[in-house]
Amino acid sequence: MTTIVSFIGVLFDGVAYGSLLFLISIGLSVTMGLMNFINLAHGAFAMLGGYAAVVAMSRLGIPFLPALAIAFAVSGAVGALLERVLYRRLYRAAHLDQVLFTIGLTLMSIATATYFFGPAQQPVRLPGFLTGQLHVLGVDLGTYRLFLIAMVVLATLALTFLVERTRFGAQVRASVDNQQASVGLGINVERVFSVTFALGSALAGLGGALGIDVLGLDPTFPLKYMVYFLLVVAVGGAGTIRGPLIAALILGVFDVAGKYYVPQIGSFVIYAVMVIMLLLFPAGLVGRRA
Amino acid sequence: MSALPTLKWNKFEIAFWLIPIAAFFLFPRYLTLGSQILIAGLFALSLDLILGYARIISLGHAAFFGLGAYTAGLLAKHGFGEPLSGLFAAAAVAALAGWITSFLIVRGQDLTRLMVTLGIGLMLFETANQASSITGGVDGLSGVEMKKIFGVFGFGLDGKAAYLYSLAVLFVVFNATRALVRSPFGLSLRGIREGERRMPAIGASVRRKLVAVYTIGAGIAGIAGALLAQTTQFVGIDVFGFQRSAELMIMLVLGGTGYLYGGLLGAAVFMILQDYLANLNPVYWQFWLGLLLVLIVLFARGGLMGGLAVLHDRVWRTSR
Repeated sequence: MTTIVSFIGVLFDGVAYGSLLFLISIGLSVTMGLMNFINLAHGAFAMLGGYAAVVAMSRLGIPFLPALAIAFAVSGAVGALLERVLYRRLYRAAHLDQVLFTIGLTLMSIATATYFFGPAQQPVRLPGFLTGQLHVLGVDLGTYRLFLIAMVVLATLALTFLVERTRFGAQVRASVDNQQASVGLGINVERVFSVTFALGSALAGLGGALGIDVLGLDPTFPLKYMVYFLLVVAVGGAGTIRGPLIAALILGVFDVAGKYYVPQIGSFVIYAVMVIMLLLFPAGLVGRRA
Repeated sequence: MSALPTLKWNKFEIAFWLIPIAAFFLFPRYLTLGSQILIAGLFALSLDLILGYARIISLGHAAFFGLGAYTAGLLAKHGFGEPLSGLFAAAAVAALAGWITSFLIVRGQDLTRLMVTLGIGLMLFETANQASSITGGVDGLSGVEMKKIFGVFGFGLDGKAAYLYSLAVLFVVFNATRALVRSPFGLSLRGIREGERRMPAIGASVRRKLVAVYTIGAGIAGIAGALLAQTTQFVGIDVFGFQRSAELMIMLVLGGTGYLYGGLLGAAVFMILQDYLANLNPVYWQFWLGLLLVLIVLFARGGLMGGLAVLHDRVWRTSR
């Protein structure tokens, strides 16, 4: 009985962790699918969101939920700015250039964060209604993790609606499928790029703020989790919503389970899963529609 | 019918190799930094083979550097401290690891390659971390005792033997690499770089050549790692770190990819800058490093060697 209960607990934590990974990575998936751009600095936007929320709460005294909105807005704004000033120049560059460029941005973001906030972990004070445990059928579930999953479900539904049902979503899908034809049909692909990049950064910022309690927040964040975000996209397949969602949940559950059941080899589990998945599905779980 | 590129040395190359020899006499107090530069240069050379010539993006090249370092370090710790055999053993272990992983590398595209190399590097880091009874874990591997080179030259505290030993190894490996990239094999690598899809049409197996060059590159990285372990008589766990792979890439693009000399030049400039700036403040150093990378990509893709090549062309044209 206890093993089943602990298994459900691990599964629950894994799902919460995975949905957080998904929320942060979805923007990366879209930029990779849309622009074929390898952005190793994506985690920096999540970190920015995290710090924005921390500053809003601790220095400006703003409550947790509005602080999340601020994190979303700040990351989105900075993402839009950087897209316009820097990223745009490299859409057609070689992958190597994109990798070098974004490693450079990552290093700069780490140094900047250290300069302003120091190397320590940032604490977050969650509001009372989000702390504690909920007893469901004899299993203790963390309230905050339930809230996390709910937020991600909401964000995913909103995103799916945006992509599947709106005019803008149709333009995004068309641009992913065939850029040239989309330009020919009068879609302003450049604008689609800008808006999706900003939206992806904003979601990463929201994820970073939501994740302070789960992932932690310190200046090395973009580097520490870079491989996870890339994994979600590489395994899930770039340019879709469903692929990264499935991949993120699988990775989340395996990572938490690995660290819980076989702590000696904890980190190996996730890399082993990655290598196997990449070998089985070289183009990702859900391939980009042709 | 065009002939193969010549192996004859031109005057610039001869002048280049006189620099480290002159440095030995001019800066006796900086020989430790000098050895570090030579080792980093050798490491950058190995990455140039797979990145500059074969266009394989690797974010985990430190894996092979680390394997070489631990191989040489562990051998010496357990009584087999003869330096040259240590180098060969390190090269063999690293090349074997490179050969095995190369099959994962050649399968994928850029993103997959990047992930796989990154993943392998992280896995090895974790292994070294967990197997602390063998590797010393985060404290590093100490107690590495080297025998004398050829039974004559001991690694003294003045760093002279270490410097000359590193220089000799670098020179030998560099020459072998230089001959390799000017051989038919090297030319076919260049062909793959310029047009991967067209190479099969002239009967070249892209896959087999990538496997070969990746294995060789891994072996050379292993030698570089072994040199570090032998000359410092210590192996820290950071030999496997992502930071090392990233800095390596920065050295190489700073110097310029695809020239072989670019890695050496980049390593020298990088290490001297780091020695100077990082002592001021390590955090700022990381910022300048990132900025440097961004600026290189935006404005100076050829790196230092690219700049020198342009300069050389201009001077050569005006003098005619």
